[in-house]
Formats: sequence, C-alpha cells, structure tokens
Amino acid sequence: MRSFTPPFAPAGGARILSFGGYQPGNVLTNDDLAAMVDTSDEWIRSRVGIVSRRVAGPDESVTDMAVVAAGKALAASGLSPADIDLVIVATCSTEGSLPNVSAIVAYRLGIVAPGAYDINAACAGFCYALASASDSIRAGSARHVLVIGAEKMTAWIDFTDRSTCIIFADGAGAAVVGPVPDGEPPGIGPVVWGSAGDMGHNITIADRDSFLWQEGQTVFRWATTAMHPIAAQACERAGIEVSDLAVFVPHQANLRIIESIARKLGVPRERLADDIVHAGNTSSASIPLALSRMAERGDLKPGSAALLLGFGAGLCYAAQVITVP
Amino acid sequence: MTDQEILAGLGEIVEEIAGVPADEVTPNKSFVEDLDIDSLSMVEIAVAAQDKFGVEIPDDQLKDLATVQDVVNFVAKNSEGSA
Repeated sequence: MRSFTPPFAPAGGARILSFGGYQPGNVLTNDDLAAMVDTSDEWIRSRVGIVSRRVAGPDESVTDMAVVAAGKALAASGLSPADIDLVIVATCSTEGSLPNVSAIVAYRLGIVAPGAYDINAACAGFCYALASASDSIRAGSARHVLVIGAEKMTAWIDFTDRSTCIIFADGAGAAVVGPVPDGEPPGIGPVVWGSAGDMGHNITIADRDSFLWQEGQTVFRWATTAMHPIAAQACERAGIEVSDLAVFVPHQANLRIIESIARKLGVPRERLADDIVHAGNTSSASIPLALSRMAERGDLKPGSAALLLGFGAGLCYAAQVITVP
Repeated sequence: MTDQEILAGLGEIVEEIAGVPADEVTPNKSFVEDLDIDSLSMVEIAVAAQDKFGVEIPDDQLKDLATVQDVVNFVAKNSEGSA
C-alpha cells in the first residue's frame, strides 16, 4: 500500500548537537592593511571595529576550510560519519561553481552518499541552511545534518579598495543538527526569513572578473533600521523574551552595525557576540565561527537560548532562536 | 517647526549619536571637518532625524549636506506643515 509517511519524523523537531570552527593561520592586522592602502589602525577600529582578521593561503580553498570546521563539529557531536545523511554548505565565495562544496566535504570526511547541496544567501546563508536542516529533520527527510558556513571572501576582494579590504576575511564554521529526543525541550526555533531584491544592487560581485562591491552607507542604514524588528520577531515566534536570551549572535558584519542592532533590540552589550574584532567579516561563516569560538572558551551555557541573525547581500536575512548544546 | 527648534533637536541627536556636546552643534559647523563625524554616524543622524522630525533624508541627498545649517534647511524645507 502506498504510504507517504516518513519512517522517522521527530515530534520535537531538531536541535544543534555541536559546533566546530576553523580560521586560517595567516593573521592580517590593521597595520598590515595601512601599509597597503591609505588607512590606519584607528580609522579601521572606529569604522568597523576590527583589530585583526585571518586570510586563507593561496592553496587553501573554501572546501578545505569547510572540511576542517565540519570535522571538528562532527567529532564534538560524538556521531560517526555514517550517522550523517545530509550536508548543507552555505557559501558565496567558491573558486568555481562546480562541483558543489558539500559533496566534496562529505567525501573527504568519509560520509558516504549523503544528500549534499550548497546554498547562497550570502551573509544570511548559515541561518538559511540551519532552517533548512531543521525542517528536513522535522519532516523526516534526514536524521542528522551537517550544516557549514565557509568563505574565502579575500579571493573576491580588491586589496586597493580600502572600503572593503579592511572588512572581509576567511574562515569556516559548522554545526551538527539532529532530532530532539521525546520529552526534551525544543532546539531550533521557527525561522523568520525574507529578502529585499529591490536593494540587491547594493552588494555585488558582478561577474567572475569582478571584486566585491558595496554601497556602504545604504547597507548600514538598512541593517541598522530593518534588522532589529526581524530579530524581535524571531524571539516572538520562539516564545521567548529578549531579556531571556543568554547571547545574541548576529552576522559579524561590522561592530557598529551589530552594536546598533543590539541596542535597538534591547540586548545588553555584554550579551552581544563580537567575534568580528579578531575574525573580521567572514560572511556566512561568521555566525557558526563565533559560536564555535565561544563554545571553545566556555562562554556558551548549555541549555540557554541564543538568537542568531544573518543579513547581507540579496539583500537576504534570516533569524532564529536556538538552544545552546 | 522653526529653524531654532530644528537646530535644538539636531543638537540633541548629534550629542546622543556622536558624543559631541549639543551646544557645539552650531549652524556654520561642518559635520566632517569641525565635528569629526564620519559617514556612518551621518547615516545614524539621518535615521534619528527621520524619527524626530518625520523627514526622510535619503543617502544620495545626505552626501550633499555638509554643514549643520544644510541639514536644518533640508528638514525645514521638507517637513510637513512648514511655512
């Protein structure tokens, strides 16, 4: 008899089991940049809040970084490669467009024949991928999902353009997502996502010979006025007050942008993730990278609530509340 | 709104956003040269001015507003019910 009921579909939905992160070894300081373009440490700190960032080596690819971060997340989860049946990579900075990153990451980690796809929602990519992973588990399409944000932004940066080269950086972050056991609290809240294609021309990599370009003031205005209501809505849909959040982890776009969003949302400064200071803006990698580094330092309290908010080119945005593993 | 009222309101905004004392926000001052306000703070000032005065200052117009008086004039000219 025909049955379309999935064999496994946890009533409690999905939760994050672990994080992993990777930063390349090469440190690029503000003084290094001041030797390349007309800028200064003081100027960069005051405009974007970045002190140093990491840059991948010439032979280090988006896939290489994704493999390391995902391998760490997988090890921390206690699962084996055979337990993973879906791999999603959020990226917007791959060297080429084929093959996709996710299938190769899976292969290199020994994950045999999982579903594998990449998504491009730019700096909002990780939150989109996490929502898709959560929905796949809830629907019974997958049991355990490896979700990765990996970027080599510097491959698309003009290092004579001081408005962008001071901001962007490289890295990867990953999370393992699995089902919530019966009777346990929920793990990933409903996503609030959207886009504003009418403003899409404000952040572009126009073609394979172009560099990343953005209309800084317009993006700054959009992010500091349109994003806090999205974040607030994600809290509302998750049934949590902003005051009950242990930490707010927005995309690490620019310290001034995220401080402004936090202020308007009512999140105290000490609960705002500020990984950008030493990681730069790593687009879709910034949220899982920040989470993995906070987890390593012991700054994440298991069971507490964290609010994630991704926003960037598209213009795309997404937010959800998670329970910290 | 009189120019004086706009100037006073603008002074409060600049003090809150950029930490420049409101009484230093006088008509002939240049935001960049005299008050040391950068382009991102100008955006924040424009957003706050919109909330306070109900006048939107688009980015392409904002670039042309160099002095305090320029902003006062823009708000006065574009505010509803202005004479």
